[in-house]
Amino acid sequence: MNDPTSIEPPLIRLRGITKVYGQGQAALQALKGIDLDIASGEFLAVMGPSGSGKSTAMNVLGCLDTPTAGEYLFRGVHVERLTRDQRARLRRSYVGFVFQGYNLLARTSAQENVELPLLYRGESAVARREAAREALASVGLDGWGHHTPGELSGGQQQRVAIARAIVTRPTVLLADEPTGNLDTQRGREIMDLLRLLNVERGITVVMVTHEPDMAAYARRVVRFVDGQIESDKPNPHPVGEDAALAGVH
Amino acid sequence: MLLNSVLLALREIRRNLLRSFLTILGIVIGVSAVITMVTLGRGATQSVQDQIASLGSNLLMVRPGQRMGFGGGGGAPGFKEADVEAIATQIGGVKAVAPEAHAHVTAVANGRNWATNATGTSNAYFDTNNWQLASGRIFTDAELRAGASVCMIGETLRRELFSGAAVLGAQLRVKQFSCEVIGLLAAKGQGAMGNDQDDFVLMPLHTLQRRVTGSLQVSSLMVSLLDGADADRFQAALTQLLRERRKLSTSDENNFNILDTKQIADTLSGTTQIMTTLLGAVAAVSLLVGGIGIMNIMLVSVSERTREIGVRLAIGALEREVLLQFLIEAVVLAALGGLLGIVLATIASIGLSQVMSLPYRFDAAINVLSFAFSAVIGVVFGFVPARRAARLNPIEALRHE
Repeated sequence: MNDPTSIEPPLIRLRGITKVYGQGQAALQALKGIDLDIASGEFLAVMGPSGSGKSTAMNVLGCLDTPTAGEYLFRGVHVERLTRDQRARLRRSYVGFVFQGYNLLARTSAQENVELPLLYRGESAVARREAAREALASVGLDGWGHHTPGELSGGQQQRVAIARAIVTRPTVLLADEPTGNLDTQRGREIMDLLRLLNVERGITVVMVTHEPDMAAYARRVVRFVDGQIESDKPNPHPVGEDAALAGVH
Repeated sequence: MLLNSVLLALREIRRNLLRSFLTILGIVIGVSAVITMVTLGRGATQSVQDQIASLGSNLLMVRPGQRMGFGGGGGAPGFKEADVEAIATQIGGVKAVAPEAHAHVTAVANGRNWATNATGTSNAYFDTNNWQLASGRIFTDAELRAGASVCMIGETLRRELFSGAAVLGAQLRVKQFSCEVIGLLAAKGQGAMGNDQDDFVLMPLHTLQRRVTGSLQVSSLMVSLLDGADADRFQAALTQLLRERRKLSTSDENNFNILDTKQIADTLSGTTQIMTTLLGAVAAVSLLVGGIGIMNIMLVSVSERTREIGVRLAIGALEREVLLQFLIEAVVLAALGGLLGIVLATIASIGLSQVMSLPYRFDAAINVLSFAFSAVIGVVFGFVPARRAARLNPIEALRHE
């Protein structure tokens, strides 16, 4: 875990990020100058009403989108200057995505879904199979590899999606409303899992949510309103911290 | 990466088996149509060439009259028997010369009758027209000179008049006289014009002239050349000789014509080749339509799988990797279609050749060509959908419902 006072640049540094959709009269300013630093190993929740720009910010953070203006440094690299393919390579090496709707490939086994990112990294079939099995085991789905998404519950599907996100051993896990489609109990299980990955593997987790219950798991909560950061507060007593730690030891 | 992509494509195809099959149906039909047409066409060409070869190679047919082709020779005088001797001795390169005189006759034997052709000729006829004896013997010189009452019959005649009965030594009545059957000719089957080559009775020229036609005319001459003889030069020498013998002045046109079987063969096989090309071209159009079918389904597939493409892009697939995936999917589909088409074409060609009694020969070139062409169609028509997939914006693709 990084010392915030270290002179080393943080994992993620946003400076004056703006994002404008459309042009002229119809232009919509989704982000109005965001400054944000995220250190390695943080667990950060992004909250805010819909239309506040939090999704746009996530897209920029995930290198899916480029800002209209401003600087985005990821591990010291200027993301805003990268080409589409360079950003794809960055994503495949350092970023894992978890979506609200799971976004698993239908009629494809959990095992194959989890192997997918490794395929694009050109890893051998044996290495893929082994890594995917390990990732599935670490989300508690040992032995479920041959099931297709249609045969799994929502919570299980989201676990497969998390396994797919972490199978490449990413630096950052970006989760967009990961519990949005789940009931509270399943949601808490997913949060415990994210918590565990954050603590145990030191994966930086950035999560968009509108549920305060889920945001309470994070150690830092950033609130977006109207394209700007309204508040950025540490959460001194994250929920489940002890439970997660107990799970490790 | 490439092998992976092929495996991924196969998996994708298996995931949608019925749709994949319908997608490639056009290609399957196109490829099998092209191959079947060309194979059958080649078979037809082959069969025409075989039949002309059975007529005898290097054969010149000399007929009276100016018009080329069959049925010519209106008022022009026929030939004389002496012409045969003159051609054989005065021009080099001759292998055999046979005179031919024809008559329509009714042959009667065993209480049955059959309308057929009688041909009067010499033993040289076996050389010029490439006939073999199935049984019996050829004419003796004495029989030829005297115009003896002997004859040989073709297979059709044997079947119609004798069926199971003994042929050799039997009496065959032709017009007002009877002849003894001394030989049976080996069957040749259907001729190039669809005529029955085995439907005739053969007798010495003198016999036919005296007993049947009552005329000393020879209606045509068959001249076969030695292997390697220069046909063009020979034809010129033959023309010159015949002009002299028929006493034509320099201003007269030829009152006979010379037909080279090689020319006929070339003309006929040229015609069937043109037909083959035409039919193949028509079939190729259906191959093209099959390609458009693939493009259509691939485009549908891209919009159906937009979210999936979004996921792939988000987790780090490069633009060209998605392009390659969809392209390979199209190519693998098209290639599968090609393979199925080849299988179907082989079955259809074998079956149809049998029905149409054409020789079947597996033509590797057209199979390879059609297969390669179907794969190329996959590339061409898979490209537009693949590029559309690859250029999707990952964010919008992920939001796609």
